[in-house]
Amino acid sequence: MFDHFVVPNLQPAASEIFLLVMALAILLIDLFVKDSRRTVIFALSVLTLLGCAVIQYAGSAFVTGVGETTYTFSNMFVDDLMSDMLKLFLYLTVIIVLFYSRAYLVDRSEMNKGEYYVLLLLATLGMMVMISANSFVTVYIGIELLALPLYAMVAMNRQSLAASEAAMKYFILGALASGLLLYGMSMIYGATGSLEITAIAERLANGDVNGNLLAFGLVFLIAGLAFKLGIVPFHMWIPDVYHGAPTSVTLLIASAPKLAAFAIVMRLLVNGLHPLAGDWQVMLMIMAVLSMAIGNLAAIVQTNIKRMLAYSAISHMGFMLLGIVSGVVDGNARLATEAYSSSMFYVISYVLMSLGAFGMILLLARAGFEADTLDDFKGLNQRSPWFAAIMMMLMFSMAGIPFFVGFFAKFSVLMFVIAAGHTWLAIVAVLFSLIGAFYYLRVVKLMYFDAPQDKTPIVDGPDMRLLISVNGVAVAALGLFPQFIMALCVISLRYSLG
Amino acid sequence: MDFQTLVFYFLSAILVYAALRVITARNPVHAVLHLILAFFTCGGIWALLQAEFLAIAIILVYVGAVMVLFLFVVMMLDINIDRLREGFWNYLPLGAILGLVMVWEMGMVLISRNLQVPAARAAVASGVSNTREIGALMFTDFVYPFELASVVLLVGMIAAIALTYRGRNPSRKYTDPGRQVFVKAKDRLRVLQMPVEKD
Repeated sequence: MFDHFVVPNLQPAASEIFLLVMALAILLIDLFVKDSRRTVIFALSVLTLLGCAVIQYAGSAFVTGVGETTYTFSNMFVDDLMSDMLKLFLYLTVIIVLFYSRAYLVDRSEMNKGEYYVLLLLATLGMMVMISANSFVTVYIGIELLALPLYAMVAMNRQSLAASEAAMKYFILGALASGLLLYGMSMIYGATGSLEITAIAERLANGDVNGNLLAFGLVFLIAGLAFKLGIVPFHMWIPDVYHGAPTSVTLLIASAPKLAAFAIVMRLLVNGLHPLAGDWQVMLMIMAVLSMAIGNLAAIVQTNIKRMLAYSAISHMGFMLLGIVSGVVDGNARLATEAYSSSMFYVISYVLMSLGAFGMILLLARAGFEADTLDDFKGLNQRSPWFAAIMMMLMFSMAGIPFFVGFFAKFSVLMFVIAAGHTWLAIVAVLFSLIGAFYYLRVVKLMYFDAPQDKTPIVDGPDMRLLISVNGVAVAALGLFPQFIMALCVISLRYSLG
Repeated sequence: MDFQTLVFYFLSAILVYAALRVITARNPVHAVLHLILAFFTCGGIWALLQAEFLAIAIILVYVGAVMVLFLFVVMMLDINIDRLREGFWNYLPLGAILGLVMVWEMGMVLISRNLQVPAARAAVASGVSNTREIGALMFTDFVYPFELASVVLLVGMIAAIALTYRGRNPSRKYTDPGRQVFVKAKDRLRVLQMPVEKD
């Protein structure tokens, strides 16, 4: 009965295994650590992620020099250059998240528990599973493993009614989205007879599948994905969750999961359902335009900066989709790799900017004060010219003003949109970016031309100050020298898409 | 239409009706009862597909777990127990009908065996056990998602404890079993030396 079974090659999943073992170890070690010495758990979490990065890097093609794609666990797990690169960025992002949220958590003892760090590590494991998924089963399990810890982390501040409400909404809408996704997956399974993404692509290419069933499955699949990405018309949860969640959790939700979401869009739509590109491109195009419209227009009227950044996230995800829809033109994948890599560059640069922006809110927050309204940023220049300058760079970059990284991200995506022949789409995208520039620039105006409401000095530790300065400078420096990361994106996708 | 197709449409009709009632019933208790019926009927359809292990599993796990959910709904919605008892006679007809439908379904499955229904076209060879096959697949081809599913369950446990555990409240009456087992007789009982009283 077990004759056909060979023990799977564990080496490609070494970093996943290491992370899981360490997360369980931290869960046990935490029992013996006093509340006042929680820094031990923080340090162990950072070390775990660093260890993962080392293992990932040592096993990746950057070191071994072999850029080939490896499948293991009965083809359910894929290790390619794209997954290596996205995972390395993921570890970096989560480490930054940990450092940014540290002081915030220390001030709020109710959240500074060992479970917070364990849940964060397990959510990271979920994202890694998503990035390396080559089967509908692993995609789904990865999504759940990411979402479940996030629901709990949003609700962890039990005193806050807004946080409980946000967690409830996130949980119910997330469950609904999972249902839609599963329904779509089961229909595609019914049409193609396989759960394996590469096998589905082969069967679709051979033809002879039930087209109706496939079309229904595709619609449900895209609706589920759009929920997870937070794209109009499935964006309702984003503003409430970003606003209601504790800022340290918002920082996590707004950064790392975008990398994983990009990966599953690539796996499911580009690797798996590539022959249906004509169908999903139109759907994504409509959703992208709506996201840019509603995201940018609704952000203008917000007074809470977390809510404003939530709407900005919706519009950014819409913009990111533009690169994915311009991959295939008339069934010809000539520009595909470059177009997808422009989307990948967009996601990475968005994550960098989002980390910085939410990091600034955490920098201004202190015990009993959240610093999450626009008014809290008034006159920041008088309190700290250096951090005001960093916030200005982040806002300029998000608005897409030239020579910051956000500009090059937008520019490269638009280049491929035009190359694909969708000139109208490029014009619409530019118009909505112009509208969006208004609310980013308003933050700059408040910082430089308004009187401060409170003059409390900023008290955060040197690690936080240094890291957020590096983050701000990186946004400017990568804008001047985007070639390095851009080249990495192109190379990794060229090898991964074959 | 052969007998099997008839049974399929019959079960499907009940399933669709029950699922619709789950979302349309105003009373949460009614909704949960219909959910149980839906799971039960679903088990019947799986049995029709000769996936008897899954059919039994859904009834054991879901119907069993849903009863817990049922309790949660009753507790969370703060329904007065006395008022619930009052409503016993109101719930009885619906509960009895749903129960009878389930008994009827089970009866149909048993009777169909006696009626010697021809096996489905995609029938598995005799001697191959469904349960054994699922078990073997779970620990070979699907070992990766299977292990990850256990991590998802662990996350559920951690999350539930982190969200509900509020630490020990010293004002609450609470005994520490660890200290309790080390109690000796002299901790609790004091023998006093007293002079003997004489009348």
